[in-house]
Amino acid sequence: MAYSNKVLDHYNNPRNVGSLDKSDPNVGTGMVGAPECGDVMKLQVKVDEDGVIHEAKFKTFGCGSAIASSSLATEWLKGKTVDEALKIKNTDIVNELSLPPVKIHCSVLAEDAIKAAIADYKKKQETRKPVTESVA
Amino acid sequence: MKTPIYLDNHATTPMDPRVLDAMLPYFTEKFGNAASRNHSFGWEAEKGVDEARARIAGLIGANPKEIIFTSGATESNNLAIKGVAEMYAERGNHIITAATEHKAVLDTCKKLEKHGCRVSYLPLKNDGLLDLDMLREAITDKTILVSIMYANNEIGVIQPVAEIGKICKEKGVLFHSDAVQAVGKVPVNVIKDNIDLMSLTAHKLYGPKGVGALYVRRKSPRVQLTAQMDGGGHERGMRSGTLNVPGIVGFGEAAALAHREMPEESQRLRHLRDKLRNKLESELDEVFINGTMEHRLPHNLNISFAYVEGESLLMGINDVAVSSGSACTSATLEPSYVLKALGVGDDLAHTSIRFGLGRFTTEEEIDYVGNRVVEVVRKLRELSPLYEMAKEGVDLTKVQWAAEAH
Repeated sequence: MAYSNKVLDHYNNPRNVGSLDKSDPNVGTGMVGAPECGDVMKLQVKVDEDGVIHEAKFKTFGCGSAIASSSLATEWLKGKTVDEALKIKNTDIVNELSLPPVKIHCSVLAEDAIKAAIADYKKKQETRKPVTESVA
Repeated sequence: MKTPIYLDNHATTPMDPRVLDAMLPYFTEKFGNAASRNHSFGWEAEKGVDEARARIAGLIGANPKEIIFTSGATESNNLAIKGVAEMYAERGNHIITAATEHKAVLDTCKKLEKHGCRVSYLPLKNDGLLDLDMLREAITDKTILVSIMYANNEIGVIQPVAEIGKICKEKGVLFHSDAVQAVGKVPVNVIKDNIDLMSLTAHKLYGPKGVGALYVRRKSPRVQLTAQMDGGGHERGMRSGTLNVPGIVGFGEAAALAHREMPEESQRLRHLRDKLRNKLESELDEVFINGTMEHRLPHNLNISFAYVEGESLLMGINDVAVSSGSACTSATLEPSYVLKALGVGDDLAHTSIRFGLGRFTTEEEIDYVGNRVVEVVRKLRELSPLYEMAKEGVDLTKVQWAAEAH
């Protein structure tokens, strides 16, 4: 299969590889996919006080397109608010990376990973709120 | 050293230049139809075909009259299985094969099931070998044919063919073997191996594409086949069609070269294969060899690199031509059915790479490939959430994955 130059670039120089502290209340972790399906993506965001994502990290087990999709997602997430992040669609990733039809599931997985990470962050914030309020 | 490096010799082999030299005259000045009996053009072509037939027969311990030329192993498998099923329909309708056979055997069997045959697809043991007791038990009084490949195209595991043939003989059942991966690579002898029908192809042994053969035993027992193609009654009536004389001459030359050079070549390839294996096993953790190393083609290595998806690994070693059992590299988006049949989980099947060494593989190439693979696997494991979890001591089999719906 021929890969687009952008996929190759992300594969050869993946952006934002790594892990953030899962237990940090400002970090949201999303893990989607399954080893049996050949794709697992872990995507993490760190959100600052004004609700802006200032750090995003990923690790992906999967084909080159899956790696590129998650790498691109972390690039796009940085600097976005949580609500803006939720607006990233898999089709945006497909277009940016020129993914062929058989690789569309990679972009879907990346969108799922973003949603899962944000959901995890929001859940953490909700359980935390009463505590911070009572302290204040 | 030139790149890309070709290590996919189970898919096909480059043609040996000596084979091309032998073929060339048969395209131009020796262009006759081997079936033309009335002039020297025909005689010359027939002579070329006869010599090739004798050389191919010599490689497998057969009589030249037992070699039926075809267009390749897919046709040979179709002719053997359908031809026997049709010819012996009155004797029975049961065929036994294995789950890890090539699609040319499996799909032929599936087709026959639609026409009233019953087919047993035997599972294999985890080491890739057939369970002989299971075979014995599967044979019924309706069984007419057992079709088991000589050596597997993905994992290179060599079946106990002689024993399978012996069981078939005892039970009065015909034994067909798809031997395309084995012939010319390891000693194959249709007498010692008790084989009744055997599929061969030229392009897996440094010959041209588009030409193959079916060995059909003439004595004890005399195997009969219903032809699957009607026409001029060539090849003892079993396969009509003007013979592909240049291809057949090339096949013959390739067989003669393989026959002569096999002892030395197989030793050299085994050494290189083992060198590659040692390199990968000593420098990487959690690599798993698929299939037994004990009964295996000397030029095959099939390894799973846990936590690294196969296609992404292929992408990283893009100057090396190999195959992966990963779903992403197949048209069906399913991981290798051969590895699944061995009980290899889908997770590890997705991480498998098949290395197929060949006559033109050099030590320098193997050293280069070993280094590249180690480097890329390490890099991709840095990227792999599964490797990270495994290193943290998480039991991946107990994780509730988010996408079980796949």
